[in-house]
Amino acid sequence: MAAPPQSRARKFVKLLVNGDQVSHLVTLLFAGSVFLVTVMLVYQLWIHSEPSRGKFGFSFLWKQVWDPVTGEFGAWPFIYGTVVTSIVALLISVPLGVGAAIFLAELAPPRLSNACTFLVELLAAVPSVIYGLLALFTLVPLMRSYIEPFLKKTLGFLPWFTGPAYGLGYLTAALILAIMTFPFIISISRESLLAVPREQREAALALGATQWESTWKVVVPYARLGIIGSVFLALARALGETMAVTMVIGNNTSVHASLLAPGYTIAAVIANEFTEATDAVHLSSLVELGLVLFGLTMVLNAMAQLLILATTGKGSKRD
Amino acid sequence: MTKQVFLTGLLALGTAVALPAAETINAAGATFPGPIYQKWFEEYHKAHPDVQINYQAIGSGGGIRQLTEGTVDFGASDMPMTDEQIKDVVTKRHFKPLHFPTVLGGIVPTYNVAGVNTELKFSGETLAGIFLGDITKWNDAAIKKDNPGVNLPNEDITVAHRSDSSGTSFVFTDYLSKVSPKWKSKVGANTSVNWPVGLGGKGNEGVAGLVKQTPNSIGYVELIYAVQNKMGYGSVKNAAGNFVKADFNTVTEAAAGAAQNMPDDFRVSITSAAGKNAYPISTFTWLLIPDKIENAAKKKAITEFLKWMMAAGQGDAQGLSYAPLPKTVVSKEEKQVALIK
Repeated sequence: MAAPPQSRARKFVKLLVNGDQVSHLVTLLFAGSVFLVTVMLVYQLWIHSEPSRGKFGFSFLWKQVWDPVTGEFGAWPFIYGTVVTSIVALLISVPLGVGAAIFLAELAPPRLSNACTFLVELLAAVPSVIYGLLALFTLVPLMRSYIEPFLKKTLGFLPWFTGPAYGLGYLTAALILAIMTFPFIISISRESLLAVPREQREAALALGATQWESTWKVVVPYARLGIIGSVFLALARALGETMAVTMVIGNNTSVHASLLAPGYTIAAVIANEFTEATDAVHLSSLVELGLVLFGLTMVLNAMAQLLILATTGKGSKRD
Repeated sequence: MTKQVFLTGLLALGTAVALPAAETINAAGATFPGPIYQKWFEEYHKAHPDVQINYQAIGSGGGIRQLTEGTVDFGASDMPMTDEQIKDVVTKRHFKPLHFPTVLGGIVPTYNVAGVNTELKFSGETLAGIFLGDITKWNDAAIKKDNPGVNLPNEDITVAHRSDSSGTSFVFTDYLSKVSPKWKSKVGANTSVNWPVGLGGKGNEGVAGLVKQTPNSIGYVELIYAVQNKMGYGSVKNAAGNFVKADFNTVTEAAAGAAQNMPDDFRVSITSAAGKNAYPISTFTWLLIPDKIENAAKKKAITEFLKWMMAAGQGDAQGLSYAPLPKTVVSKEEKQVALIK
């Protein structure tokens, strides 16, 4: 006689709850969706950028012209602008964010820490267009009238701080990106610092370390992976940020060494020109820029990974 | 593709539930005439409850693309379709898109010059020189010549242009190409061009914001945007040699000037048009209607709407700051309606 249906159902539930194989399979499928989405994304970008890839080949990457009238397209001004704004943004936001996270997790009184964390999470939830408008109406006039003239006066001998002060340009875009990314860095870094076991701190203090020594030499290296993760998230956001950047970067397709000059980023040009691009080569060049941004994100992530591995090999490790 | 079918299905289902008897027509295209199209389609629906026209203001390029892909019943554009684009539609969809001018718009130069409160005048060559980066100071001899008696400062000019592709940029660069051979050979006319100098702002509001904020700057915006936001703007020298300030009358006169040599398919640029008071940076905006509409009910609805738009609809134009079509163009257009089979 067959088993009563009730017990069969129970068996199935048991399999679900205790079954390693089932959970393994289900989570594998979920993880596989990440892979699937990535593959489909690259496939679509690859297919739709065919006319542009066929016409320009690899010279697309280093050509400086972007001329929809003659149909000549090159990605270099956009690659340059994307990399410069993202790197300058991270140079500002990483020390600021990690420093603030250390204070909030290790040194601040808990009540202050909680209040600050609430504010940080609030900042992370502000839509980028709000940051863009804020930048356009308050940061840009400030940059044009005070900060850029000051930089020119004091650091004007460096090639990065020359030329007219428009208030719009790489530096302003990098600043707004820094402001937008640093809540992510604080929030995630703080969580990973708080996750460091108490014994680690106590052991360091027992060995005679000061509180700062225990924080900097034991706790921070232990939380390294989480902090690196926060930097990667910030980098990804900076590379792909569209609205806020296009409002303050000046949207100019030339390449300048000066950070005060107007420039362009990949995400900004796609947002600006995609709706009205009718010519097949123009359209596919914009799609190819998307592909380039994808590749750029991978390359920069790999480089950041290597850089961090090379510089933070010291200290106690979790693994 | 499946997604589009799904969405259209969903849309059809939604409207079918809400308005059981209505003939639903989908259209997409130019953003510049978006406000008046919305008003027209709404008013027309009130007068004819059996016809519902949905319009998506996604940009001229998007309108042409969707018409080519067959996802809309008709399109709209601020620049006439090229021969190549028309050929593309004919091979893919087996109909020819007809151009129907609907209203007129103008593009005006707007500026912010320290210490200058009078209205500035610009000749075409001067505008081209400024946007090429050849004229770099406000007290340049060329600008002084156009504005005798105005005390212009010895300051660098900051140029502001549109960063997003737009019909506005097309009309402005088309005008500069007509008046300046150097502009034509070096930059050319398109919805987005390789700007020799300047800062890019997104949309009319972006350019207006740049000009307002940046001392000693110049940019260009649509006339309706300048009027609605009460911005000052300069006058431009027309083909007859007069400095003309843009308003509904001077823009309509530009269209009337061009109407005499209007080609039968209405694909014409009216920048730098003849006429004593014609404003030189003016443009039509067009509806792109298929010349073969198989669904008889849709065909009837679209042709009836076109006739209504040319008569009663024109009365709405000025209230929304658009210039109405001149009579000569309307009468020519009425004949084109008969071509829709």
